[in-house]
Amino acid sequence: MDEKVYGWWLPPDVSVHGAKIDQLITVLHWFMLLLFVGWGAFFVWTLFKYRAREGHKAIYAPVAAVATKYIEGAVVVVEVFLLFGLSTPVWLAYKNNPPNDAEAVHIRVVAEQFAWNFHYPGKDKKFGSGKLDLIGGDNPLGLDPEDKDGKDDIVTINQLHIPVHKPVYVEVSSKDVIRAFNIPVLRVKQDTIPGQKIPIWFEATAPGHYEIACAQLCGLGHYRMRADVLIDTPEDYAKWEAENAPPPQEAPAAAAPDTAPDNTPAPEKK
Amino acid sequence: MNPTTTPTATGNGHAHDHDHGHDLERHGHHELPFWRKYIFSVDHKVIGIQYAVTALFFLLFGFSLMMIMRWQLAYPGQPLPLFGKLLGETAMPGGVMAPEFYNQLGAMHGTIMVFLGVVPLAVGGFGNFVMPLQIGAPDMAFPRINLASYWIFLPGCILMMAGFFMPGGAAQSGWTSYPPLSDIATSGQTVWCLAMVLIITSSLLGSINFIVTIVQMRAKGLTFWRLPFFVHAQLVTSFLLLLAFPPLEAATVMQLMDRLAGTSFFLPSGLVVSGEQLKVAGGGSPLLWQHLFWFLAHPEVYVLILPAMGIVAEVVANNTRKPLWGYRLLVYSVIFLGFMSFVVWAHHMFMTGMGTTMSTFFQTTTMIISIPSVVILTCFIMSLYGGAIRFNTPMLFATAFLPMFAIGGLTGLPLGLTASDIYLHDTFYVIGHFHYVVAPGTLFALFAGIYYWYPKATGRQMNATLGKLHFWFSFVAINFVFMPMFFQGMAGLSRRLYDPTVYAHGRGVQALNVVISMGAWGLGLAQIFFIINFFMSLKNGARVTENPWNATTLEWAAPSPPGHGNFLTEPIVYREPYEYSVPGHANDYSPQFKAEG
Ligand code: HEM
Ligand SMILES: [Cu+2]
Ligand SMILES: [Cu+2]
Repeated sequence: MDEKVYGWWLPPDVSVHGAKIDQLITVLHWFMLLLFVGWGAFFVWTLFKYRAREGHKAIYAPVAAVATKYIEGAVVVVEVFLLFGLSTPVWLAYKNNPPNDAEAVHIRVVAEQFAWNFHYPGKDKKFGSGKLDLIGGDNPLGLDPEDKDGKDDIVTINQLHIPVHKPVYVEVSSKDVIRAFNIPVLRVKQDTIPGQKIPIWFEATAPGHYEIACAQLCGLGHYRMRADVLIDTPEDYAKWEAENAPPPQEAPAAAAPDTAPDNTPAPEKK
Repeated sequence: MNPTTTPTATGNGHAHDHDHGHDLERHGHHELPFWRKYIFSVDHKVIGIQYAVTALFFLLFGFSLMMIMRWQLAYPGQPLPLFGKLLGETAMPGGVMAPEFYNQLGAMHGTIMVFLGVVPLAVGGFGNFVMPLQIGAPDMAFPRINLASYWIFLPGCILMMAGFFMPGGAAQSGWTSYPPLSDIATSGQTVWCLAMVLIITSSLLGSINFIVTIVQMRAKGLTFWRLPFFVHAQLVTSFLLLLAFPPLEAATVMQLMDRLAGTSFFLPSGLVVSGEQLKVAGGGSPLLWQHLFWFLAHPEVYVLILPAMGIVAEVVANNTRKPLWGYRLLVYSVIFLGFMSFVVWAHHMFMTGMGTTMSTFFQTTTMIISIPSVVILTCFIMSLYGGAIRFNTPMLFATAFLPMFAIGGLTGLPLGLTASDIYLHDTFYVIGHFHYVVAPGTLFALFAGIYYWYPKATGRQMNATLGKLHFWFSFVAINFVFMPMFFQGMAGLSRRLYDPTVYAHGRGVQALNVVISMGAWGLGLAQIFFIINFFMSLKNGARVTENPWNATTLEWAAPSPPGHGNFLTEPIVYREPYEYSVPGHANDYSPQFKAEG
């Protein structure tokens, strides 16, 4: 992974929808800076000009400040523009337009203390069903070995592979507590809430190796709820899929990720 | 009640609560025993000071927790020199902080700062001490409820501290205590819930009392539009506490039930914790807690900021020697803020997956609520314009409040807009944002208030040189603490991380963590000036008469310190609160309580 991409400001954006978010953040900060510097200059000048000194008296009558009305008016206008011109349309366009089902890569994310499980439906594009009672050390999602939909499913821990230039449709949920599924470079953040499957979607614009972070306190291991996201070229992705697809006859055990990160917990067995 | 009736006639709560007339007592008869006078006192001034001292202690304590955490953030995994070993092997094995302990410190820092520090100082302390004096009342409407309020609050604080001694340590699910994490946390969380129930109850008692007192016990001639801005701010604050806290109290009891009685208010079905199914009924909703919590906690933000604005208004008017600019506009703005603060809470929940209609509603209300804040800032800055500004210690803190609050307010915009919040939510940007509001914002205003009213409470001035040292060192240090957090947030760094260097994007901004920690420790050192000043001035401060700042509001009509019953003669109000530099008047201040200019 290239460390150098991360600095003191926004990291690179490799998502289709992220440019608009970055644009809003940039516009907002220029607006804030302008207001603050303008205000600040007037403020400092006032403090200096009207400091108490020999022979200087305060003015009792309120100044008729016309300028403040215009400035306040301008702030309102800019905020309306930010709200209805920049933020709301971006949010609505993003949140109300899930990708076309047939094209998108479907993945389920199931978080637990303290790891991210990624569940791929495999060739048949159908997720195998899970059962609470089957959840255990080598079957973190409780996949039912009897279910034929699950036979070709791929499950990885702390490693998310996605193809570049293809919409990805993810349903996030959690086995125990709330956390937030966060991929900074893809401008993606979604709370994962136990008992709910919440859909989000994104599309990567360039291959690369980046980080998934947990953004919501989820216990003592919150700080190491880190996972890798590997944005693959179509060829690499196909290769990865082929390599990790479980061999036909075998029971759908969780395919071990090629490099198990050290922060994978040893799940307790019943 | 009609404000033109006399305070003693309306102050029946007072008359009934004492078996002696206060006139008698002022002449030295009927001395109360020590414990009735200073411990279980019904006098609003004593209770105010009790609240203030307790809160100052907890502010220092909560800040100390953060200074310890800052070591781990600056130098992750390295043993803490000196103190490391003292904190015990479970908390700091080998002097290195354990992640559980980090989370305890984080949760307790937030809880203590908000519920045991700032609110008790701003409302319990300043509200109790100053407000009755400013309205010319002999005491609160219900002095015994006031007593009860403090004596429910204090056990709440002690209980909150007891959490540290529970097996597994104190609450560690953040000050927000989101279930299911908090529901399944160790028993420190139970103590947190119980303590919160006490603290909330105490707040409710206090707020009722404040509202009744302000409505019923104003001095003759003190109409609504003659009230000092501080009193308006306290009135709105009390309504916020009264209306917003009950849902959280209910929610906290529900969380207690989830933990102790096996209910599932906040637990959905099918939870699997560490590979085992949780044996609960299920069917609850974790998001319900968030709604109930933020329904309080957003108004709570205004509970933290409105009294601070009230203090700034008093200090600014006094030290610019001119009336506040836009006094009525200020009052309308805080009332509007109060109302709006009840319909913005879900902006803390944009990332929970709410529908777009709901999120659009809440981001719109959030933008609307930013307008009165802009108006308030404008009024304050315009109040400076045309003044003859004295830069004494209270004024330095009050002046610094303005740009600091502006930074806090402005950086709220990207968090209130849904699209930019996707990226910034739950990052250090949030920590930077609200600390600019509450630390160099509210806390600075509270310091201004302490330096300003200390002479009233003690009869002595605080030392000006120490005050200035305290201000300048704090001002510089605190910006080193909070400004870098915006850059960390921009880099995407999550908050509440025990070790940020686990992430590459955390390593990118790790150097800033060292800067922040240095700033925080420097800020700690700067407080020594204040602590010395606070205690030394009790004995050595220059003695003052009743009105050392040449101020106009009613508290300055009472002796310093005011005796039981507050005023020697019943004050009558003749004019608006901030009549400074009135043309044709003999002095540059025309107090509300003097008939002649
Ligand atoms: C002035 C000195 C202060 C310093 C140096 C400081 C520093 C910090 C830091 C670094 C965090 C983030 C911890 C983390 O993400 O792990 C934090 C959290 C917090 N602080 Fe402060 N703080 C100060 C004052 C205050 C005050 C005055 C208040 C409230 C009135 C406050 C309320 C909070 C809250 C509620 C949190 C919790 C945020 C969360 O749970 O993520 N702090 N503080
Ligand atoms: Cu987490
Ligand atoms: Cu809020």
